[in-house]
Amino acid sequence: MLIPFTVKAHGARRGMPYNNYSEQVLEHFNNPRNVGRLDKDDPRVGTGVAQDPAKGDLIRFQVMVDEQGRIVDARFKAYGCGSAIASASALTTLIIGRTVSEAEQPCHAEIMRLLDLPPEKKAYAALAEEALLSALADHARKHQRTAARQPEP
Amino acid sequence: MTPSPLIYLDNHATTRVDPRVVEAMLPIFTEDYGNPSSRHHPLGWRAEERVEIAREQTARLINAASPDEIIFTSGATESNNLALRGAAAALAARGRHIITQQTEHKAVLDTLRALEEQGFQVTRLPVDGRGRVDPDDVRRAIRPDTILISIMWANNEIGTIQPIEQIGALAAEAGVLFHTDAAQAAGRIPIDVQAAGVHLLSLSAHKFYGPKGIGALYIRRCRPPVRLVPQITGGGQERGLRSGTLAVPNIVGLGTAAALAREALPDEAARIAGLRDKLCAGILGQLEEVFENGDPAHRLPGNLNLSFAFVEGESLLMGLTGRICVSSASACTAESAEPSHVLRAIGLDEPLTRSTLRFGVGRFNTTEEIDETVDCVVRVVRRLREISPLYEAWIEGHRV
Repeated sequence: MLIPFTVKAHGARRGMPYNNYSEQVLEHFNNPRNVGRLDKDDPRVGTGVAQDPAKGDLIRFQVMVDEQGRIVDARFKAYGCGSAIASASALTTLIIGRTVSEAEQPCHAEIMRLLDLPPEKKAYAALAEEALLSALADHARKHQRTAARQPEP
Repeated sequence: MTPSPLIYLDNHATTRVDPRVVEAMLPIFTEDYGNPSSRHHPLGWRAEERVEIAREQTARLINAASPDEIIFTSGATESNNLALRGAAAALAARGRHIITQQTEHKAVLDTLRALEEQGFQVTRLPVDGRGRVDPDDVRRAIRPDTILISIMWANNEIGTIQPIEQIGALAAEAGVLFHTDAAQAAGRIPIDVQAAGVHLLSLSAHKFYGPKGIGALYIRRCRPPVRLVPQITGGGQERGLRSGTLAVPNIVGLGTAAALAREALPDEAARIAGLRDKLCAGILGQLEEVFENGDPAHRLPGNLNLSFAFVEGESLLMGLTGRICVSSASACTAESAEPSHVLRAIGLDEPLTRSTLRFGVGRFNTTEEIDETVDCVVRVVRRLREISPLYEAWIEGHRV
């Protein structure tokens, strides 16, 4: 049985989590950017994971940083609702091209603006931010190690 | 936007009203619009006749001994409230213990919680991994002060059908009133209240292709009589048990839907089960790590409850939205992270409760729709698994 049906506007019906996604969230959910994996053992790569303890949403975020301290690539994988997937995807597009110190600034508000996320979805943007910060910290740790080893020869 | 065709597979939530039901209802709005309580003119008499025909049709659907055992309500939620609150109030002097089980609908669970606050004691029996209550547990739970047993006929999430006849026999033996919420069962599987030994049964028309906002409570005529304290008082309609002007168009809709369902059973149940099995086989044949919840031997014909490991339920729904209408048993919004109490009761692993979809096949679904749903679900699950770090970890662990 096929019912002719017209979708009016997303967000038209409040309290319906599957219908009030913005076009931007749907776009990132349906065509996520930079899904995948970088070699976590590569010294240029930082890997971070963030998980929502209550709901189990999980984001793995990776950055590749060049010698000038600029993020030249980013990859993610995510388990979670549409907003979590879209937040991680959007974040990859935001931070590629930024320097590490720029990327260390809080960015969840920027993700929310980009995706037009409602305030109740803030946790997902914050989860993506947490995964990014964890990836940057991993990259920094590798370089402290590399730096510590350098004086030896 | 251009119209996009939808495939409706959420028949546990509600059903499309059968066009034959709509046809039967329409003249009531503009021709036989009288109030059945009006005794002094033909419009009142005609309305009353319509109501009494519907009462008989509803009685037949569940094999009640007499149409007088049916009273009309606004739906199964109200019927459950009247049965539980009404019986508890009537029997409070005899005892204050009520037996139920963990996977009941909120209309029963929350009503019983309210009764607990009024001083009643409630035993909530566990279910097995397939969602069935053990009748021996019911037997052991019965106490001298037990006044009521309330066990649903079939579950709304996983479709599990309870051993109603065995529980009915136990209730009769112990002299305890037995209520069953048959919202999901009525009109979909054969129901015989006499064989089942049920005293009180709740049903809703919109679950079997009737209109929303109308249901019935079956109240057995027996000795000693089943006594209920009315919860809605007023004009004394429905033998004083449910006041309020009868919703004649809806009642005619309920009666017609009941007659159609009775006529269609069991051919329709077999056809729907066939479509459900095709849906299940199609998905399980193409995807690994998908788990079927419920009891294959005792399950509603249209029910299919699947857990898709490594993907989250809401994202699955989002991927299907716009084409396939299903529901997530564990619909988890930003505000509530509460997983389904039914999936928890059957002991499903916590992550899987968040990866579960409920499909409900119904009268109007076609083979083509099932084929398309299989393709769509498989495509969305594969796409989300490609994004899922949990799937990646599993694949690599698997290969090692």
